[in-house]
Amino acid sequence: MFEVLQNDMLAPNVHRMVIRAPRIAKARQPGQFVIVHPESGGERIPLTIGDADPQAGTITLFIQAVGASTLKIVNTPVGDSLRDIAGPLGKPTEIEKWGRVACIGGGLGTAVLYPLAKALADAGNEVTTIIGGRSKPFIILADELKTFSKELLIATEDGSLGQKGFVTNVLQELIDAPDNRPHAVFAIGPVPMMRAVAEQTRPFGIKTIVSLNPIMIDGTGMCGGCRVKVGDETKFACVDGPEFDGHLVDFGLLMDRLSMYRETEAKILSELPEELRDKIIKVKR
Amino acid sequence: MNKKLTSKDRMAIERVKMPEQDPKRRNSNFEEVNQGLTEEQAIREAQRCLLCKTRPCVAGCPVRVRIPEFIAALAEGDLPEAARILLEENTLPAVCGRVCPQETQCEKVCVRGSKGSPVAIGYLERFVADWALAHPEKLPKENKPEPTGKKVAIVGSGPAGLTIAGELARMGHAVTIFEALHDTGGVLRYGIPEFRLPKRIVDIEVERLKNLGVEIECNVVVGKTVTLEELREEFDAVFIGNGAGLPIMLNIDGENLKGVYSANEYLTRVNLMAAWREDVPTPIIHGKRVAVIGGGNTAMDAVRTSKRLGAERSIIVYRRTEVEMPARNEEIQHAKEEGIEFILLASPIEILGDENGWVKGLLCQRMKLGEPDASGRRRPVPIEGDTFVLDVDVVVNAIGTRANPLLTATAPDLKLNKWGNIETDDNGATSLPGVFAGGDIVRGGATVILAMGDGKSAAVAIDKYLNQKN
Ligand SMILES: Cc1cc2nc3c(=O)[nH]c(=O)nc-3n(C[C@H](O)[C@H](O)[C@H](O)COP(=O)(O)OP(=O)(O)OC[C@H]3O[C@@H](n4cnc5c(N)ncnc54)[C@H](O)[C@@H]3O)c2cc1C
Ligand SMILES: Cc1cc2nc3c(=O)[nH]c(=O)nc-3n(C[C@H](O)[C@H](O)[C@H](O)COP(=O)(O)OP(=O)(O)OC[C@H]3O[C@@H](n4cnc5c(N)ncnc54)[C@H](O)[C@@H]3O)c2cc1C
Ligand code: SF4
Ligand code: SF4
Ligand code: FES
Repeated sequence: MFEVLQNDMLAPNVHRMVIRAPRIAKARQPGQFVIVHPESGGERIPLTIGDADPQAGTITLFIQAVGASTLKIVNTPVGDSLRDIAGPLGKPTEIEKWGRVACIGGGLGTAVLYPLAKALADAGNEVTTIIGGRSKPFIILADELKTFSKELLIATEDGSLGQKGFVTNVLQELIDAPDNRPHAVFAIGPVPMMRAVAEQTRPFGIKTIVSLNPIMIDGTGMCGGCRVKVGDETKFACVDGPEFDGHLVDFGLLMDRLSMYRETEAKILSELPEELRDKIIKVKR
Repeated sequence: MNKKLTSKDRMAIERVKMPEQDPKRRNSNFEEVNQGLTEEQAIREAQRCLLCKTRPCVAGCPVRVRIPEFIAALAEGDLPEAARILLEENTLPAVCGRVCPQETQCEKVCVRGSKGSPVAIGYLERFVADWALAHPEKLPKENKPEPTGKKVAIVGSGPAGLTIAGELARMGHAVTIFEALHDTGGVLRYGIPEFRLPKRIVDIEVERLKNLGVEIECNVVVGKTVTLEELREEFDAVFIGNGAGLPIMLNIDGENLKGVYSANEYLTRVNLMAAWREDVPTPIIHGKRVAVIGGGNTAMDAVRTSKRLGAERSIIVYRRTEVEMPARNEEIQHAKEEGIEFILLASPIEILGDENGWVKGLLCQRMKLGEPDASGRRRPVPIEGDTFVLDVDVVVNAIGTRANPLLTATAPDLKLNKWGNIETDDNGATSLPGVFAGGDIVRGGATVILAMGDGKSAAVAIDKYLNQKN
C-alpha cells in the first residue's frame, strides 16, 4: 500500500499528490513514470513521476482527472493509500548539454515537463520554458518552472494570462530570432500540440523530443499494447520510451489508438454520480 | 478390498469421463469447464492402475510424482495418505492436475494406454489435490524448520518462483519474492483463464507460502525498481524466474490497427484485470468475429475467451494442421465443442482496416505441409496465389513469446543465449555466483510443470551453495 501524504488541487481537477514509495523514490530518474493501480479491480494508470525525495522516500505525481480511474486517484484523501504503484518505468531522459533549449508544456504536459526541464537546467542548459493552457486557471507550475528557467513564457487561448494564442506562436518567435533559436526542443502535452511543434521545428532541423502517452497495461514490455510507430519501426513506448524523436513519430496512429476504448470510457463516465461526472466533463475537451 | 482386484478386473474398468459443464452453456460463462470427479469416480478410476513395478509413468513426469503410490492410496480410499505422497513431489498439484499436458508426459507412457486408455493420472491428481485444499486439517502439520539465517530473493511469482519459494522456506531459509505485477502467479494469474484454472486455487497456494513465512512484495520490477546487483548485495542468493513475457509480433501490415491484440494483452485484460466482469472498469473490445492466430494453449485460451465475451464467430487460424498443434488435446476438443472454428493450413499476411482505423478483415495465405523442420514437424509452405480474406473485427496474435530483456539488459555479466534466455547448468546455476534461474526465462515458452521442476532442482542447488558459503 502506498500512503498519500499530500494532495493539493493546482488547477481545475489537476492535483499534485505526494505519495510514500521509498523504493521508487530512490531509483527514479527524470523522464520515468509509474503505473498506479488504485484499488483491486481497477485499471492500471501510467503517470509521470514529477519529483522525488529519496531521503523522505516520497514521489510527487501530477494528475489530471480525465476519466473514472484518474478521478478515483485524485479523490484519494491524505492518509489513505493507493493499492499498487510500480516503477520507475521507461527510459530516463537523455540529458545532454545542448546549449539553448526550449521546453514546451501544454496543459497537464507542463507537469510531465517539469522534472525534465529541471534536469536540463541542472546540466547547464539555458532553458526557455513555454507553457500554455486554455485560460489562466489552467496554467500550472509557473512559479516552480521560473526558478530555473532563463525565461518563462506563457500563452493562453483566451489571453487571460501571458500572450494570447498557442505555445507554437511563442516558439515561432524564438525560432525566428537567430539569437534565441533553440538547439533542441522538448515538447510535452496533448498529441496535436506535440505534432504541431514537431512540424514547426522540422524545416529548421531542430532536434525535437516528445513524450508519448499511449494506453498501457503492464509497463514492462509484456503486452505490446503501448506500441507506437517511430520511423519505420514499431516501438513499445513503456520500455523504448516514453520519449522519442518527434520528427519520426507517427502522431496520427498514436491519436487513433488512444481512442480505442472511447465507447467504454464514455459508458463508465455516464455511470458515475452526477457531481463527479460534471467535474470531468468540464475539463475534458 | 482392492487388493482382491485382479489385473483382469482392473483391465475391465473403463476410463472415467470428466464431468463437464455443457458446452452450450459454458461458452458464455467463465466458470470452470471441468467439474472434477466425484470420490466414487476417482476411486474407481484409481482401480484401473496396474501398479506396475517398472513405473514408466513416474519417469514420464518431470517432477517424478510417485504416481502408483498415490493412486494406490486413493484406490484404498485413504485420501490423507494419497495427498501426502502427492504433495511430497509436487507443490502445486491442483494446478498441474488441471493444466499439465498429461498426454505427452505421464499418461503417454502409462502401460494401461497400450491396451485402451491410459489411467487418468491428471484427473486423479486434481481430485486428490482439491480434496487436500478442502481439508487442510487432515494433512500432517508442517513443522516450521530451524531458521538458517540465510536470505534468498526470488524474482517472479510464476510457477517456478512459487515452487522454489516453498522448497527453500521448508529448508529454513528466509525467502522474499519480488513480483512486477500487482498480483502473484505469473501466467497462472494473467494468462490461463478462470474457466480452466480458477484463481482461487492460485490464491490458496500463495496463502500457503505466506504461512510458511515467505514474504511477497508485488510492484517490484527487478531491473527498474531494484537491480539484480542490489539484490545480490542484500541477499545470499537470487533465483530468477521472470518468465518469457515479451510478445513476438506478426510483423505484417495492419498490426497497429484498433482491434489487434497480442494474446498477452488480451488475456491480461481479461484475467489479471477482470475485464470479463461487468462491475470492473477494464475495457476490452468485444469482437463479433474474432480471429486468433496460433495453435498453442495460449491461442486456445484466447479464442475460447473471445467466445465467452460474446463473439458470434471465434476462429483459430493456424499454419499447420491439428496434429502439429502444440496445445493440449483437451483444450482443442473443448474448443471445438464450444463452437470454435478451426482454419488450418492458413497464415496471416495482412490485417485489413476500415477508414477509421479499425480491423475489418484478415488476409490469409493458404499453406501446405512440406519437409520436416528442425523440430521434426512438417514445415508449412505457401500455396502461391491461394489467398482469402476472413471477415473479422478483432485479431489476437498468439504466435508466441520470448525472453523479456528488461531485467537481463541491466545485468550485463549474466550470460544469455542468442535468443536472450539465461544460460544455466543442469541445476539452474547461471554465470554469476549465487544467481540461479529457471522456468520460461531459461527454456523459452515451456510448461508449468517444467518451470516447477526447475524451481525444485534450483532449490537443492541453492541450499548446497548456501551451506558451502558458510
Ligand atoms: C508514460 C505516460 C505518462 C503519463 N503521465 C501522466 C501524468 O503525469 N499525469 C496525468 O494526469 N496523466 C498522465 N498520463 C495519462 C494518463 O495515464 C491517462 O490520462 C489516464 O490513463 C486516463 O485514465 P482514466 O481512466 O482516468 O480515463 P479514461 O476515461 O479511461 O480515458 C481517458 C483517455 O486517457 C487515455 N487512457 C485511458 N487508459 C489509459 C491507460 N491505461 N494508459 C494510458 N492512457 C490511457 C485514453 O486516451 C483515453 O481516451 C500519462 C500517460 C503515459 C502513457
Ligand atoms: C495463455 C497461456 C496458457 C498456458 N497454458 C499452459 C498449460 O495449459 N499447461 C502448461 O503446462 N503450460 C501452459 N502455459 C505455459 C506456462 O504457463 C509457462 O510455461 C509457465 O507459467 C512458466 O513459468 P515461470 O514461472 O517460468 O514464468 P511465468 O509464469 O511467466 O511467471 C513469471 C513472473 O515473473 C514476473 N516478472 C517478470 N519480469 C519481472 C521482473 N523484472 N521483476 C519482477 N518480476 C518479474 C512476471 O510478472 C510473472 O509473474 C501457458 C502459457 C500461457 C501464456
Ligand atoms: S505433475 Fe503433470 S506430469 Fe506429473 S503426474 Fe501430475 S499431471 Fe502427470
Ligand atoms: S504406468 Fe499406468 S498403470 Fe502402470 S503404474 Fe503408472 S499409472 Fe498405473
Ligand atoms: S504497456 Fe504493455 S508493453 Fe508497454
